[in-house]
Amino acid sequence: MEQQELIPHLFRTEFSKITAVLCKTFGIDNIKIAEDLAGETFLSAMETWTYKGIPENPAAWLYAVAKNKTKNYLARNHFFSEKIVNQIKHSSSESVEIDLSEKNITDSQLQMLFAVCHPSISTESQIVLALRILCGFGISEIATAFLTNKETINKRLFRAKEKLRLEKVQLEFPTEPEINKRLETVLTTLYLLFSEGYYSESKDAVLREDLCLEAMQLTYLLIENEHTNQPNVNALLSLMCFHSSRFQTRKSENGEIILYHDQDETLWNKELIIKGIYYLHQASKDKISKYHLEATIAFWNTQKADTKEKWENILHLYNLLLQIEYSPIAALNRTFALSKVKGKQEAIVQAEKLNLKDNHFYFTLLGELYNGIDNEKAKQNFQKAFSLAKSNTDKQTIQKKIEHL
Amino acid sequence: MNEFMLIFRHEDGNKVASPEQIQIWMKQTMDWIGGIAAQNKFVSGTGLPFDDARVVRHNNIVTNGPFGEIKETIGGYIVVKADSVDEAVEFAKGSPVLQGDGNSVEVRKIAAKDGIH
Repeated sequence: MEQQELIPHLFRTEFSKITAVLCKTFGIDNIKIAEDLAGETFLSAMETWTYKGIPENPAAWLYAVAKNKTKNYLARNHFFSEKIVNQIKHSSSESVEIDLSEKNITDSQLQMLFAVCHPSISTESQIVLALRILCGFGISEIATAFLTNKETINKRLFRAKEKLRLEKVQLEFPTEPEINKRLETVLTTLYLLFSEGYYSESKDAVLREDLCLEAMQLTYLLIENEHTNQPNVNALLSLMCFHSSRFQTRKSENGEIILYHDQDETLWNKELIIKGIYYLHQASKDKISKYHLEATIAFWNTQKADTKEKWENILHLYNLLLQIEYSPIAALNRTFALSKVKGKQEAIVQAEKLNLKDNHFYFTLLGELYNGIDNEKAKQNFQKAFSLAKSNTDKQTIQKKIEHL
Repeated sequence: MNEFMLIFRHEDGNKVASPEQIQIWMKQTMDWIGGIAAQNKFVSGTGLPFDDARVVRHNNIVTNGPFGEIKETIGGYIVVKADSVDEAVEFAKGSPVLQGDGNSVEVRKIAAKDGIH
């Protein structure tokens, strides 16, 4: 029993490490070989451990096997090994050393993160690639998270890897002047990776939470490195901590969304909230990024009580956020905060100007604002929202609001 | 979609308001700008502090700010996106600057970079 739980966990973390190191050794255009060797290593583990028990140090065992498999592979494939030997300028294939030290693992993973988040690869593919290569998720798990089939994911992965090869993306750390620019793309991908888990429609709660945790782990990787431990990275991790502190209370057992107001705040994870505050504090050294603002908003949302201070701060933060980067959801949330600060009437006037007529959240907001002021209008707006909503969970949530009018 | 600059003109920059009043204005201005940004119509903007203001005149004569000699000073500006000057004027009407008697907001279209203007 213990073993069955241990292997998937090990697979995820160690798969990513071994693949990153092998890619670093072979060059990223041989990513397929690296993945296969890592995969074979786990197959061996399953075959051996099932009968002989789990070794004392499973990771060390896996590294030893991965090294052996790599050596054998190089010995079997002379043509390939000569190419590799030339690339890494070793004298013979015997001396190709697979360095699975902690430092080389972390370095390889970081470089892999930058390679995967290369600007030439579409964001959609970056996320799938990151899930597969950096987080060690299986194809079927990724397909479940995206509510699609394995073929689609395989196609996306194939295209992404082709792109890596064609663009000759190198596994290396960006140079100092380039780091900030590249870091921006990396953060966007990590942010989306996290959101993918947080807002996933998938019914698999464990999987959704794992996605978020992996995104946090990768962000943490950036914080551990002195070159990438920058304020906006800390702000992003802080944001993730605050959001995930509510993870357990956001959905009921059968996957229905539990709205903020109905959440049991005693179940919010205090430890993560404290961590969020810590990273937000670490982040406050430089000019503010959108992650700073979003993290601070998320911080205020960890205070459940409806205080004047809370909503004035949230309104102010959304005002700033919208000036840096407009998004419909930020505009809607700002208007909600405005209703808390200045009342529903004022918020309705501003909401009518938003012009988001194809967005079901827009009509949900209008419904909320009219609720108690003009219930007929509230109902019309909720109905409009219902007809625009795409997912069943959203439709359920809106239906409940209509019933409660 | 055109861009318009809304220029805040204060009748008398010398009038010192209380910190509390300034704080209220600041908050109102932020909410006003936030409302424009929520419509995705905000482009840029900044306040223009009176400290370190200079006026360079003919013959390179430099004076400390325009205050005292000219009645009106510019306190800041924002640039907004709008379909027409009327829409830009609607934005301007919400500016807290207009609460001050004698203050005004000047609405000016920004020349398009199409080589015609």
